[in-house]
Amino acid sequence: MSSQDIPEEKLPAEPGAAHGAVRAADEENPFADPGLPPHEHRIQDIDERAAKRSERTVALLFTVSMLATLGFIASYVWIPNDKSVYIFPLGHISAMNFALGLTLGVALFCIGAGAVHWARTLMSDAELADERHPIEASPEVRAKVHADFKQGAKESAIGRRPLIRNTLLGALTLVPFSGLFLLRDLGSLPHEKLRHTMWAKGKRLVNMNTNQPLRPEDITTGSLTFAKPDGLEEEGNEEYQTEIAKAALMIVRLQPDNIKDKRELEWSHQGIVAYSKICTHVGCPISLYEQQTHHVLCPCHQSTFDLSDGARVIFGPAGHALPQLRIGVDSEGYLQALGDFEEPVGPAFWERG
Amino acid sequence: MKKLSARRRHPLAAVVVLLLALAATGGLYTAFAPASKAKADESAQSLTIEEGKKLYEVGCASCHGAGGQGTTDGPSLVGVGAAAVDFQVGTGRMPAQQPGAQVPRKKVIYTQAEIDQLAAYIASLGAGPSVPTKNQYSPEGADIAKGGELFRTNCAQCHNFTGKGGALTHGKFAPDLEGVQPKHIYEAMQTGPQNMPSFPDTVMPEKAKKDIIGYLNAVNSDQTKNPGGLELGGLGPVSEGLFAWIFGLGALVVVAVWVAARTAKAKKS
Repeated sequence: MSSQDIPEEKLPAEPGAAHGAVRAADEENPFADPGLPPHEHRIQDIDERAAKRSERTVALLFTVSMLATLGFIASYVWIPNDKSVYIFPLGHISAMNFALGLTLGVALFCIGAGAVHWARTLMSDAELADERHPIEASPEVRAKVHADFKQGAKESAIGRRPLIRNTLLGALTLVPFSGLFLLRDLGSLPHEKLRHTMWAKGKRLVNMNTNQPLRPEDITTGSLTFAKPDGLEEEGNEEYQTEIAKAALMIVRLQPDNIKDKRELEWSHQGIVAYSKICTHVGCPISLYEQQTHHVLCPCHQSTFDLSDGARVIFGPAGHALPQLRIGVDSEGYLQALGDFEEPVGPAFWERG
Repeated sequence: MKKLSARRRHPLAAVVVLLLALAATGGLYTAFAPASKAKADESAQSLTIEEGKKLYEVGCASCHGAGGQGTTDGPSLVGVGAAAVDFQVGTGRMPAQQPGAQVPRKKVIYTQAEIDQLAAYIASLGAGPSVPTKNQYSPEGADIAKGGELFRTNCAQCHNFTGKGGALTHGKFAPDLEGVQPKHIYEAMQTGPQNMPSFPDTVMPEKAKKDIIGYLNAVNSDQTKNPGGLELGGLGPVSEGLFAWIFGLGALVVVAVWVAARTAKAKKS
């Protein structure tokens, strides 16, 4: 319905007048206050039928929301959770997921839309001006507060008895430390845990895929193998994740002539090198190995290490080369560690040095 | 001995000595010659190798050298095995169109028969992994859960958790594994094409490879059931977050602007 349909007698008598505090410019206030713009009425303010229609629209939106919620419950109860349907832009999708999302979306949207429509068409739209008040207190109140404070200070004699004043300051300073010391109970100090792993002299390298100890002839040039220390089992071992997070190894075989770092060659076995799989930046498992360039890339922040040159950092935010594990062969021909890592594996920490 | 010595100037003496020498050489050769070359029943095989050699000289020798020994433009093919040839040529990666960071998968230009001939020729240059049989790579009978575990340990770092692929350094990338034939996945694990490390049977047994193929078949193929619908590339939180910020927040902004732009007043100003 447009404004033309409204009967003349229902239109407000004087629609154009400004309202609110109107004030002309004077000495004290050089800018005239134009007041608020003239209030214009909505159809719903003038025409009771339009207001009723808006009321019904709002109620309809709220009712649709109720029905959608019931639909949500019904879909949860009755749609089998392995049923799949094809819906055009989304492709194949679980029928229940789709129904739950759709009904919950409609239920929430209709509550919002109803509230907006209600506020726009039926609630009062008269604009109100609320003048600002000065924040400052009146001079009398301020004078009284000052006087009270001075009297209080004088009566407590804090200026005259410095012993009390200083001990009070000391007490107030120390109290927060009790909270600080409670934080210690968040966990015990790591002590030497970060510096040692399960690797030790004589521990065999066990293939993560087969759970069998590795022999040098299993590792071919260009291959990539992941290993864990012998005796570290996942089944029923609460410490498994803690230990494997430090001890995980990646093993590759390089041509001994390609190894540029002297210590790396010394710590390898016939060109087989074993490096920690934990990035020295923030500890992501790092094993994006490019077998032609011998580079290892970390998927988190793109730190790149050169495995043919002592796992030196050649790109990215990592601060240390990957720690190398010194390996050899035991009397039965299996690969074994010749000790723990020389330096802590994984990201740097305060006392790492 | 005297008799033999007396006849040494006989006109036929030279002929007799020559015959004896020939017989001795022939006998020694038969005794020491490589057995495979002497066998006549492998003529079909050697014919395939011969055909493969001809194809090789036309399509491959310019980069890999006349005898497969490699040049500055292409690596040596001695010892790479039939599986490597079947993978590289069977996925269209070889022959390469141009040098670059990585040779991508493209249209296959050889028939399977020609690929087999090429593979036979390259395999004859040096021992290497052979083309796997259907029983080895078929996803049937694979342990999918175990395959998922193996995939996450060995492959997911580059190829993403469900084999959607990912970026590496300097323009190299790990390709999406969707739609790759199980045979080619098996060969890639066995031979380690380009910058991919290999996973030989000594460290990843046949059964483990089959399990991995079974897992990929379950999570990244036509038969994959995805309860989430639109997967936005399956790349994880980056693409999903981008979608939510642009389209979700965008829709909210549009609705808010639309609501505020329409006046509720009876008269239009």
